[in-house]
Amino acid sequence: MTSEIVMAADTALATDLMPALIFMVGGLLVPFFKGRAKSVYMLLIPVVGFLNLIHIPLGDHHHLFFGDFNLVLLHVDRLSLLFGYIFHIIAFITVIYILGFKNDVEYVAGFFYAGAALGAIFAGDLFIFFVFWEALTLGSVMLIWARKTPKAQAAGFRYLLVHAFGGLVLLAGIVFHYSHTGSLEMSLMTLSGPGSWLMFFGIGINCAWPILHPWLTDAYPEATIGGAVFLSAFTTKTAVYALARLYPGTDLLIWIGVGMAAFPIFYAVIENDLRRVLAYSLINQVGFMVVGIGIGTELAVNGACAHAFNDILFKGLLFMTMGAVMHRTGKINATDLGGLYKSMPWTCLFCIVGAASISAFPLFSGFVSKSMVMSAVAHMSHNPGQGALVFVWLVLLFAAAGVFHHAGIKIPFFAFFGHDAGHRVKEAPLNMLIAMGIAAFLCVFIGTFPQYLYSVLPFPVDYEPYSISHVLTQTELLFFSALAFCLLLLSGIYPAEQRAVNLDADWSYRIGGKKLYHILAGILNPLNTGCEKVVRSVASASAFIFKDAPARIALFVSVNIWLVFGIRGRYLELRKSRLYNDAMEGTMPIGLGAATAVGFFILIYILN
Amino acid sequence: MEEKKHLFDDPKNVKRLLAVFFACVVGLLVLNGVYLYLAKHHVIHHHAYYEWENFWGFYSFYGFVACVILVLVSKYVLRPLVKRREDYYDQ
Repeated sequence: MTSEIVMAADTALATDLMPALIFMVGGLLVPFFKGRAKSVYMLLIPVVGFLNLIHIPLGDHHHLFFGDFNLVLLHVDRLSLLFGYIFHIIAFITVIYILGFKNDVEYVAGFFYAGAALGAIFAGDLFIFFVFWEALTLGSVMLIWARKTPKAQAAGFRYLLVHAFGGLVLLAGIVFHYSHTGSLEMSLMTLSGPGSWLMFFGIGINCAWPILHPWLTDAYPEATIGGAVFLSAFTTKTAVYALARLYPGTDLLIWIGVGMAAFPIFYAVIENDLRRVLAYSLINQVGFMVVGIGIGTELAVNGACAHAFNDILFKGLLFMTMGAVMHRTGKINATDLGGLYKSMPWTCLFCIVGAASISAFPLFSGFVSKSMVMSAVAHMSHNPGQGALVFVWLVLLFAAAGVFHHAGIKIPFFAFFGHDAGHRVKEAPLNMLIAMGIAAFLCVFIGTFPQYLYSVLPFPVDYEPYSISHVLTQTELLFFSALAFCLLLLSGIYPAEQRAVNLDADWSYRIGGKKLYHILAGILNPLNTGCEKVVRSVASASAFIFKDAPARIALFVSVNIWLVFGIRGRYLELRKSRLYNDAMEGTMPIGLGAATAVGFFILIYILN
Repeated sequence: MEEKKHLFDDPKNVKRLLAVFFACVVGLLVLNGVYLYLAKHHVIHHHAYYEWENFWGFYSFYGFVACVILVLVSKYVLRPLVKRREDYYDQ
């Protein structure tokens, strides 16, 4: 390679490190520490990362000149900073949470994964973005495999295949885009041409769009206890960030987001595995963000980003509480749980805080961000030609009621209350309680003092969530959702949890793929055998002919010559059979074969 | 050894909780009525995006109906369609 690779830290201070490298390299060193030093070291990584982050000035840093390319490793603006803050915060909280697990694979993978997410959101161009996007897949699949169960391994493989495919789609999009525009800039795109569409879908796979989503609900519940907390934070939110940067105001996103917000709640109602319920509700929440990005106004994008920020905290918190339940009882299915408020009261309390936050109760974080998206939709629906947005608003309101139903009530109720399953376990370990406590505190703090979150949003905020009417109407919506749950449960209509698998779009590649394979095998294999037979018989026949014919020609010529020389009788027969066998077995002297070939060429030459 | 009695082991406490909850639900409807009345007479400013937001109990009704539909559709439509044995994918 003769290309010059030059690293140049231009405007930035020499001490500005790439946030991604602090996590990725820092994480690789974790296995070398032991005991208490290891815990301290692991906690220091996100702290050092955060201190580094707040000292990086806005703008482009760390250029990498590679041939004709000027790659920007680090681009800092308000949008990437917001995601940078929350990624550091959740990494810190999750590290506290997993300190007790003593699983180096999980530690290294977790840091690598968080680093990849930071690399992607601070990427200054599409190529660097793609590189970290792929690293994200690697880190996340390790977190799934770290569970080490056969189910986790299988789910990890499916996860890897889907994301490898998604990565290729994204890469193809970037290549098309580059060849068309000559630019790798991470800037606003419009959906025109194959490049922008392919990138759109590549990001959409990581964003868990409907039908492209089952990798999430398939794999997250199979990850390790801490892994699920990591996973809930980074992959989908990095995709949300990418959409907010590249495709804000794309109408199609509104409809995709509505689908995401609406369909998973039905699955969440009948799902038995409580972490899978959370996975479905994760898609539901990302739906609100995607709608906000699709609307594309300042209020809407602010709302989407604020909701991503809050969702990382409350969804992480909910995954942590369910992880703690799993850690202590070894169970995660609703059918095996219940009554845990008696033995795990703190975990129960934190779970309720998380549930109240995701349901957007006043004073909890979801309230101050989900309503921004709702208001932006309502606002936009009054514009001429945007009447269909009224429908969007109504579906989102339905989804907002539904999320309370399945995540807000179902999760705490079936785990901690309801039928007492008889588990008498210890409260979650102290480090887990501290992690959940910090997340719960932040949920309440942001919900109560939203101005701090609002001050770091990408655009200036002119929005007040705490109006009388908003508080009142939201409380009404939630209390009457709860009333419906209550009455349905008391009347016995509420569907009892059942041990079962619920088919989803992953059927298409888990069973559909197998069936397709069998169908194709049924058609193609006989065809293959048939063709092989034909080809073989033709080939052997022609081989025989091509050996036999020259042998006979040779015989014809030779016999005549021998007759001229007066050879007769048994001696002639002996010569004939010897010549024929030599010709058929290819044991004629090479010179003779060469001479025949040369003669053949001369013949052709003369005839031409 | 007798286990400690917990809060909801006593059915009375469950009943009390439900009673408080039902009272809140009714209270909210009343508050909503008062609020709309005051807004109508311009005592307090009420900003609504849509006309139906001014109907008494719109959000209550919507929340309740939404959840009933959600549960009924999940139970009677989705579950029969997608439910399979737990080892479905292992075969």
